Amino acid sequence: MKGQELQIGFIPLVDAAPLIAASEMGFAEEEGLHLTLSPSPSWSTLRDRLCVGHLDAAHMLAPVPVAGALGLGGVSTPLEALSVLSINGNVIGVSRDIGERMRAMGHDFAFDSARDAGQALIGAITDTLRIGVPFPFSMHAELVYYWLTALGLQAPQNISVQTVPPPMMPDALKAGEIDAFCVGEPWGSSSVEAGVADLLLPCSAIWAFAPEKVLAIRAGWAEENTARAHSLIRALWRAARWLSEPSSLGLATELLSRAPYLNLAPEIVERALLGRFTITARGDVRDAPGFVDFFTGAAGFPWRSQAEWIGRQLATRMGLDRDAAAMSAQATFRSDVYRAALGHVAHDLPSASAKVEGSVAEPLAVGSVGGRLILPRDAFFDGRIFEPTPA
Amino acid sequence: MSHRAGSALYLPAHSFRKAPVTQDLAIILVEPDRDKADLIVESLADAGFARIQVITEASSLKRQITAMNPDIVLIDMANPSRDMLEEMAIASQPMDRAVAVFVDSSDDALTSAAIEAGVSAYVVDGLRPDRVKPVLDAAIARFNLFQRMRTELAETKRALEERKVIDRAKGLIMKAKGIDEDQAYALLRKAAMNQGKRLADVAEALVESAGLLS
Repeated sequence: MKGQELQIGFIPLVDAAPLIAASEMGFAEEEGLHLTLSPSPSWSTLRDRLCVGHLDAAHMLAPVPVAGALGLGGVSTPLEALSVLSINGNVIGVSRDIGERMRAMGHDFAFDSARDAGQALIGAITDTLRIGVPFPFSMHAELVYYWLTALGLQAPQNISVQTVPPPMMPDALKAGEIDAFCVGEPWGSSSVEAGVADLLLPCSAIWAFAPEKVLAIRAGWAEENTARAHSLIRALWRAARWLSEPSSLGLATELLSRAPYLNLAPEIVERALLGRFTITARGDVRDAPGFVDFFTGAAGFPWRSQAEWIGRQLATRMGLDRDAAAMSAQATFRSDVYRAALGHVAHDLPSASAKVEGSVAEPLAVGSVGGRLILPRDAFFDGRIFEPTPA
Repeated sequence: MSHRAGSALYLPAHSFRKAPVTQDLAIILVEPDRDKADLIVESLADAGFARIQVITEASSLKRQITAMNPDIVLIDMANPSRDMLEEMAIASQPMDRAVAVFVDSSDDALTSAAIEAGVSAYVVDGLRPDRVKPVLDAAIARFNLFQRMRTELAETKRALEERKVIDRAKGLIMKAKGIDEDQAYALLRKAAMNQGKRLADVAEALVESAGLLS
């Protein structure tokens, strides 16, 4: 039985897992959908294919729809986020030279403290710190700027964040064009395997509940395709729930490793899902519990406050009007559509659409539609708290 | 005179050819495959564009482009280094010229055709769409040709792979049943027809299951 066809684009990364699981494990079929998943060679190509309508929806960096709403990046088609596909999932690595220098200066590579790791990295650099990220509008870039400026580095004077496609990151490190990188898995682990990098820090240590990828659509698509949009959200929610069960780990790893998806050895793919990393070519292992999350604490809910945080960060850096940016940004995260789709299915839907970001130091019960939502820790490493603008 | 081996930048011979120069736009083509680059440059030259430079190396792409100061940058959408060009759209130096992905909302068909063909264009701020159109038209025609060649190559490869699997399946049947090649093939085809499947799929299933037993 073939359901309604939906063309979905993705980038081969571990955090494409909800889309892959929805398609492969029958969650989409249960909703009467047939997903055709096609990989893209770059974020810009994925975005353009979505913009011109070759795709119905796409795996997308959370800041891309926000940047579009702020008029950044020269794209004229407005995009929106139907759901958050993943929380965190990126890792910071340094060249082996800089890793050695940091070790010599006494850094322990404990892989858990953004403050210690950041201070050690800053101490090991004499010039501008050059960090490679996959795309100019990415949580990679936002978290790197947030982290280093909070530790006292000046942007842009002391920090150069450069776009380097992840497959080219090892060469850029080897050639000394960058000192460090921030990438989504499996690219961090494959750089370790290639012997060119030491892993320094999971991005979850910078912001414990950072929205990473979203399911992006063209603005207006959800209104023209309400039933399909709702079905897709439900299928992804069920796929995320399946991914959150420990018993799914083996099969999920196996699925992701396959050729149309990551096409990579399962033991490398598994590290992100397990939260257990080999951080050096010598085989040092570190745990990063909750490295990437698809489900815990209404992870899929597109909080308008998350979009506003991204919008204000971008506006500050690009010299735009911050209040105007906050309002445009908020509207791109469609918490209304998400809530309407899952009203009868999920028991932990938040009743609010925005929250104070960074205020949950320990898991906290909050108001929800079914009365059962526990928000997980969402702290920033420097203890800052982000108050969204009241809608 | 042609390009020097190993250099990132070269001027293909035919850019010196006497073409009817009607356009003065400076164009950069990012294309690692030199033969392909030559063909694209040729079709642009035929369309009257003579100021074309080719970048074959992806490293320091942004720096190279900034140094050349073009009006238009063309790049294959399948090229993963395309994301590096996106940074030019947010260049904040006062001397930088703002660059945008060419998406002309007044001509959706052109934009769509370009994406279909697999080429994207970055244009400097203020360049009128009607000046970009002839460049894109020439590029699209070429890229469509490459797209077709790419599909044909993939098809040929697939057909070859399938023939290999069918041969292996035939071999397994011959060995198991002690029959000759024609009989084995007939058996395989009959099985495929009965199951309503493609011959290659039945052969693949057989080879895969046989792998379990060996």
